Amino acid sequence: MGQALDVHRLHFAFTVTFHYIFPQLTMGLALLLVYLKTKALRTGDEHYNRAARFWARIFGINFALGVVTGIPMEFQFGTNWAAFSKAAGGVIGQTLAMEGVFSFFLESSFLGLFLFGEKKLGRMGHWVAAFLVFLGSWLSGYLIVATDAWMQHPTGYRIGADGAIELSNFWALLLNKWALWQYAHNMLGAVQTGCFVMAAVGAFYLLTRRDEKYGRTFVKAGVLVGTVAAILQLFPTGDMQGKMVAYNQPPTLAAMEGLFESQAGAPLVILGQPDVEKRKLDNPLEVPNMLSFLTYRQWRANVKGLSELPEDQWPDQIPLLYYSYHVMVGLGTIFIAVMVLAALHYWRGKLYESRWMLWTLMICAPLPYIANTAGWMTAELGRQPWLIYGLMRTAQGVSPRVAAGNAWFTLIGFMGMYAVLAILWLFLIYREIELGPDPGDRPTGEDAIVLAAD
Amino acid sequence: METIWFCLVAIMIAMYILLDGFDLGAGAIHLWVAKTDEERRQILASIGPVWDGNEVWLVAAGGTLYFAFPALYASAFSGFYLPLMIVLWLLILRGASIEFRNHIKSTVWDPLWDFLFCASSLLLAVFFGAALGNVVRGVPLDASGYFFEPLWTNFRLGEETGVLDWYTILVGILALLALVMHGGLWVQMKTSGAVSARAGKLAGRTWWGVVVLTAVVTAVTFRVQPQVRENFMTWPWGFTFPLLAVAGIAGVIFELRRNDERKAFFASCAYLTGMLTSVVFGVYPIVLPARNPIYSLTVTTAKAGEYGLKIGLVWWVVGMILAAGYFTFVYRSFAGKVSVDKDSHGYGD
Repeated sequence: MGQALDVHRLHFAFTVTFHYIFPQLTMGLALLLVYLKTKALRTGDEHYNRAARFWARIFGINFALGVVTGIPMEFQFGTNWAAFSKAAGGVIGQTLAMEGVFSFFLESSFLGLFLFGEKKLGRMGHWVAAFLVFLGSWLSGYLIVATDAWMQHPTGYRIGADGAIELSNFWALLLNKWALWQYAHNMLGAVQTGCFVMAAVGAFYLLTRRDEKYGRTFVKAGVLVGTVAAILQLFPTGDMQGKMVAYNQPPTLAAMEGLFESQAGAPLVILGQPDVEKRKLDNPLEVPNMLSFLTYRQWRANVKGLSELPEDQWPDQIPLLYYSYHVMVGLGTIFIAVMVLAALHYWRGKLYESRWMLWTLMICAPLPYIANTAGWMTAELGRQPWLIYGLMRTAQGVSPRVAAGNAWFTLIGFMGMYAVLAILWLFLIYREIELGPDPGDRPTGEDAIVLAAD
Repeated sequence: METIWFCLVAIMIAMYILLDGFDLGAGAIHLWVAKTDEERRQILASIGPVWDGNEVWLVAAGGTLYFAFPALYASAFSGFYLPLMIVLWLLILRGASIEFRNHIKSTVWDPLWDFLFCASSLLLAVFFGAALGNVVRGVPLDASGYFFEPLWTNFRLGEETGVLDWYTILVGILALLALVMHGGLWVQMKTSGAVSARAGKLAGRTWWGVVVLTAVVTAVTFRVQPQVRENFMTWPWGFTFPLLAVAGIAGVIFELRRNDERKAFFASCAYLTGMLTSVVFGVYPIVLPARNPIYSLTVTTAKAGEYGLKIGLVWWVVGMILAAGYFTFVYRSFAGKVSVDKDSHGYGD
């Protein structure tokens, strides 16, 4: 069974990682589109509407890819994780079905109107469509995070007569404390992706001295919203997330931090490679007492190391978990530095002229994608060896009849298909950026699907 | 309570088939009824703003099935692992074709996506039909409540069945023909000129195939799945469902001859609804028949906890009322025949 289990894990990990490239941008951009449409409504300046249309085109490509790569995620609960679905479907099926019923219908209906119906809806109507697309995508995000949060920290359930896990309190599932903090942390991550991408495109236009008016709008929107998001990402949301892990999943915290021995005044490790066999960190670079302070707000507080915890509770991929966490935190710190610096430049009126600042913003565009992915890897690897923390182990959740060979067959299929999608995605996005936001530059007959009622 | 959810899931699946059915059908026929780039754009425009929302019915129906009947979801999805994955790939290809086609105007770019759009739509229709065939025929479930079907074995209806055998392929072909007709009627109603005329003609021709295969499949089904006969004998009022299908299919040809495009499309909806409800009525209370009947999954053995089902009913009704509202609004906004003009995205810069 061991082998099939690993393939099924890789199957879900690969498809979900690829999928989340798209929603993190669309959820972030949805907020920024509302910002641009609001600006257009308040100033009456057509410039903001054109800017919004440009980003709506990029949004549309990413949204479509998010939809087609998202459907496999829901299916895989049943196809690859049948035993888990059978046991817990009565609980997590609730939030997953609610996502379909409440947010997907809303999103898909109004995205069509948002992309194709600007003329018909009028100024106010089009703003409402943008807002409803934002609402739908953020609601969708909540219901998915609530599903994951239940697996991290199950609440509102009871074990039924036949051993199945049944829902016993709907609101405990929906308003799980873990879900609220994880959601805030996750959405700020998505907003940062949106902001960095928007600022990077703006910086590209300013550096290449084309569409400079749009470039200034994009850089400003990205930097101002991004600064707030970057700071809130660390505090209070990241901080709270860390505390919840410390209290509810002590082996996870120890593995994330690479803390093998319990310690009063535990240090925060900046660099060092965990050696799980020898139970030590190679060449550690540490800030003394910092981990104790961050976790318990006391410099000399005792933090439990892995050695003190039963080995069958340890996450099974300690080095990968450790690196995911460190990459996430390291990049998050860099984001704060970059955004605050850019905001200071803006405040002093030098942002659009400072070439090295614009260069930095442009180069940073891929980094939030890495940080978001590393963050989710921290959450999911950290939950191991549990599928539902404390209730069901990952090895117990896999489909009993799907052999490793069949799982490899479909995993390879997805890899091939997603490689093609990734190439198309980069190509089409680059092309949109190259064509630019100014409608005068666009060849006629592009995207000429127009729906006019008689 | 479980019977209510059985009906609700059936309604959602029916909605999916009616709605995504016409855009699958439109995809399957568009290479033949639309020849030039402008004609193909007409077809894409007729489904452009709605196909994504139509597909949401699949996701929502899947989610609802998941929480109402978790044991069924687990068993069926892992058992039909291979065909479901292939369906996912086809859905991805199809979505990409619709979205990407109009980004670049080129003599090598458009035909590629047109071909993929057509091929994936065609195959999806066949696979959905075959899936329905599998659910009627029964699968090799055992005492564990799980099974696994390879894509095919020996194409016979023995104990070791595959996803494809002569019966499920037959149902697959019927599904393809029915959706070709359904899509043809949609395209006829939503477009104008040559495309509309060709689509109507194609729908009229396919009609004969649909009638013949419907008769054959119905006759065979009574032999393949004894539960169907039993249900119709026990509750004769159930014959209203097949009657609806018959009325629908007769209505299609009647309205086509009268040139009433709208009524012809709605008659096709009635036919599809009648067929699907007949199947659902025929297998109830079984949700997944086993080749060995003692292992069949029923609404009672597959359902989730009572509390979850009750609270689900509350939010489901609220959510569906909202969704019905959005759908009415969207379909009304894009009502009438489509026109293709050079302006992009409906605003004039």
